[in-house]
Amino acid sequence: MKNRLYEKAYEAANACVQCGYCLPACPTYASMGKESASPRGRIHLVKMAAEEKIDLLRDLKMPLDLCLGCRACETVCPLNVKYGEILEAAREEIHHRQTAHPAPGDRFMWTMLRHVFPYPERLRWLGNLARFLQWSGLRRMLRASGLIRLLPEKAAWFERALPDMPPLRERLRFGQVYPAKGKRKVRVALFTGCVMDAVMYKINRATANLLTAIGAEVVVPSGQNCCGALHLHQGLAEEAKKLAQKNIEAFEQCEADWIVNNAGGCGAALKEYDRLLADDPEWSPRARRFAEKTKDISEILLEYGPLPYENGPEMIVTYQDSCHLRNVQRVTRAPRALIEQIPGVRLVEMEGADRCCGSGGIYNLLHFSESMTILDEKMERVQETGAQVVVSGNPGCILQMQIGIERAGASRRMRSVHLVELLAERCGLG
Amino acid sequence: MEMEKRAVWLEELKRIFPGERVLTGLADRHAYSFDASFGEYLPEVVVQPHNKEQIQSLIRLANRHRVPVYPRGSASSLSGGPLPVYGGIVVDMSAYPKRLTIDRENMLAIVTPSVLTAEIHRKAEEVGLFYPPDPSSSNVSTIGGNLMENSSGPKGLKYGTTKDYVIGLEVITPTGEIIRTGGKTVKNVTGYDLTRLLVGSEGTLGIVTEAILRLIPKPKARKTLMAAFPRFEDSGYALTRILSSQILPSAMEVMDQYCIRAVEAYEPSGLPLDAEAILIIEMDGHPQAIEDEAVQCEAICREQGATLVKVAATREEQEQIWKARKLISPAIARLGPTKISEDATVPRSQIPEMMKRLRQIREKYRLNLVVFGHAGDGNLHPNILTDRRNAEEMARVELAIAEIFTTAVELGGTLSGEHGIGLLKKPFMEMELGEHGVAMMKKIKQAWDPNNIMNPGKIFPEKVVLRDEKPAVRESV
Repeated sequence: MKNRLYEKAYEAANACVQCGYCLPACPTYASMGKESASPRGRIHLVKMAAEEKIDLLRDLKMPLDLCLGCRACETVCPLNVKYGEILEAAREEIHHRQTAHPAPGDRFMWTMLRHVFPYPERLRWLGNLARFLQWSGLRRMLRASGLIRLLPEKAAWFERALPDMPPLRERLRFGQVYPAKGKRKVRVALFTGCVMDAVMYKINRATANLLTAIGAEVVVPSGQNCCGALHLHQGLAEEAKKLAQKNIEAFEQCEADWIVNNAGGCGAALKEYDRLLADDPEWSPRARRFAEKTKDISEILLEYGPLPYENGPEMIVTYQDSCHLRNVQRVTRAPRALIEQIPGVRLVEMEGADRCCGSGGIYNLLHFSESMTILDEKMERVQETGAQVVVSGNPGCILQMQIGIERAGASRRMRSVHLVELLAERCGLG
Repeated sequence: MEMEKRAVWLEELKRIFPGERVLTGLADRHAYSFDASFGEYLPEVVVQPHNKEQIQSLIRLANRHRVPVYPRGSASSLSGGPLPVYGGIVVDMSAYPKRLTIDRENMLAIVTPSVLTAEIHRKAEEVGLFYPPDPSSSNVSTIGGNLMENSSGPKGLKYGTTKDYVIGLEVITPTGEIIRTGGKTVKNVTGYDLTRLLVGSEGTLGIVTEAILRLIPKPKARKTLMAAFPRFEDSGYALTRILSSQILPSAMEVMDQYCIRAVEAYEPSGLPLDAEAILIIEMDGHPQAIEDEAVQCEAICREQGATLVKVAATREEQEQIWKARKLISPAIARLGPTKISEDATVPRSQIPEMMKRLRQIREKYRLNLVVFGHAGDGNLHPNILTDRRNAEEMARVELAIAEIFTTAVELGGTLSGEHGIGLLKKPFMEMELGEHGVAMMKKIKQAWDPNNIMNPGKIFPEKVVLRDEKPAVRESV
């Protein structure tokens, strides 16, 4: 008698010898200080649930919910235990069981994930609404009147941290080709992402500007959609697979040399499409080709650069690794190298730049106080650097770091930006 | 009846600790049911003390109600040391406040037990000092757990072991007194040396709340070389000749042919597949001295038949050499999901004989048995890779382990060089120590812990059943 969790995850979980080398790398073990909040403990609990010694919902769900999914543990594991796979499999099983007994808020989240995120136009509509609130004076009115304080605490922080949105025409157009400036060196297809495209389209525009400036022809394939990472993290594997297939189809048609993205979390999901679709004989080879072509924007800019930097004011910058850029895509050098190239900019590393900021996809929405504990500690490390700019490479991290800046009362002297925003700014392409 | 009793002491426990430091949920308890060996026992409750008064009250409670207490650090033990074999209370000392003071004048580190061993390395080296004991788990092991198991890593031959660096302790005894042993002086002959008794006592004689560690000046430079030998014996002769040439390397690591093949299959880096042994030798000290010693070592290795000798000229090359050693773990993990790591230790001269016997054991029981370890101090790590779900093979594993222990003792060695006796080696204690030797240790244990509440079920062979209930079911062995 083997249950589904056993089939899916036991083999991988059993590879863990519980040596504990992952403990010092785990941000939630550090902040919560107990073994059920450690990678080793969580893997053990998955095993216990597979052996039916503990209950999936009553016992296993909470410890796994509280995992950020940053996967720093994988980089230090001497046995290369596939923590990400174990976590996803367990979350899928939990979701499977949970469908029959949803907790408050689950239905809303599932509806969003199933009926909003997969559709770029629906997300754009939400993004437009947010921009309307920003620019119509409604926000200023809410703030001035103090009505803003009626918002729940976490919503208020997110509202304050949301970056200003430029005019909607700045959004990249699906199906459009943006020609290279000067001689064409390479043809890249840009993955726009869902949140990036809807709300942070300023970053996508800057990405395209930088790419064309170094001689890349940029295609923005139509038919692309959300990468599916959020779905996978919430245990909606089937939805994630469907989204992956759509993306693979959309990008196959444009025959680019590289598939470029500017969001560490999305990039990690794209690079793992081969694993996601490994059991599907038709899709598996296509997914592998897709994954091999996927690159982070920093890798492309470094390889095909240099960028046309202009002289600008002296500035101290610190870099916060996006977990999935670092731990899954293993990109650490390129973003730092690019920052160091900028004339007048000095990169000062913070202690623990490789540790999660507590954003964790939508972890900060679901587990606000746990997330803020990690963030506030992170901000102390940031402040030690004396940086005016905190750079990272993922929308969740950017927003989270801005929340951190607001909470530390440092918004007058510090801001959080995406790497490409800083680069575009210092190349006069912003 | 038992349930009511538990309710009573649990209630008292909750008065000692704040709510969030008493973990009673099933998931939390399961998360404290294991260490890095392969036993698994469910505790009744887990507590995370914040000060010594809490520990003192806890111990008194345990004595009043005869509840077993299982202290643990990071639970990276390979011998089952912290496992709550009779349920009871797990005391998570890794959550104890971390304090680390370096006393530069007296060359000491004063630490609380939750500080990680590697943190002591870092802080000492920042001021030009050095704490030599370096178990491979030093990045995760707490110094408390490290001291209690007395694990030391590769530098034992030149620098001695952990116990040689502990000169003072503050301990809460199994009857709840706070005592201090030793002090801040290297020389100290006042009374019995309880410090040395406590170091390596595997958590059976008390809970450490502070340790005073001796530091030494940091060596100025390091030099690493690697040599591959077609015949295992020759690596042994090479070691002996190096030492008799008045060279004392800081580390001498050996890996056998099965390790070499596993590492090379895992990540090819040009290790010679026909070699029976690879030695990694590291010297530290004055740059010119070790430069000279490296030349001599290289010559000796070649004369003893080494087919390949690499002396690291740069830091990168040095790391490259150590990488082969570090890759052993992931490489051999592919041979089976259950890893049983032993540490039978023999006098250095017996290493070739021990290796020969281990090969015979490997063949006799048809097991994936690989050997690597610290050749300089005779501390070998035979590792068996198996699958604990395979009952037939596990039976052979148990027989093989018994034979490994017998062989080590026969050759004048010991059951354990640094992992501790814990659970698995208990039945072999008398073989090494004799009836009276074990009895003398038991007397000490009884004098310290009359109610046998402190980490019961460890080290000593016989079953100690506390209270009137059956011991927790030992699963998955």
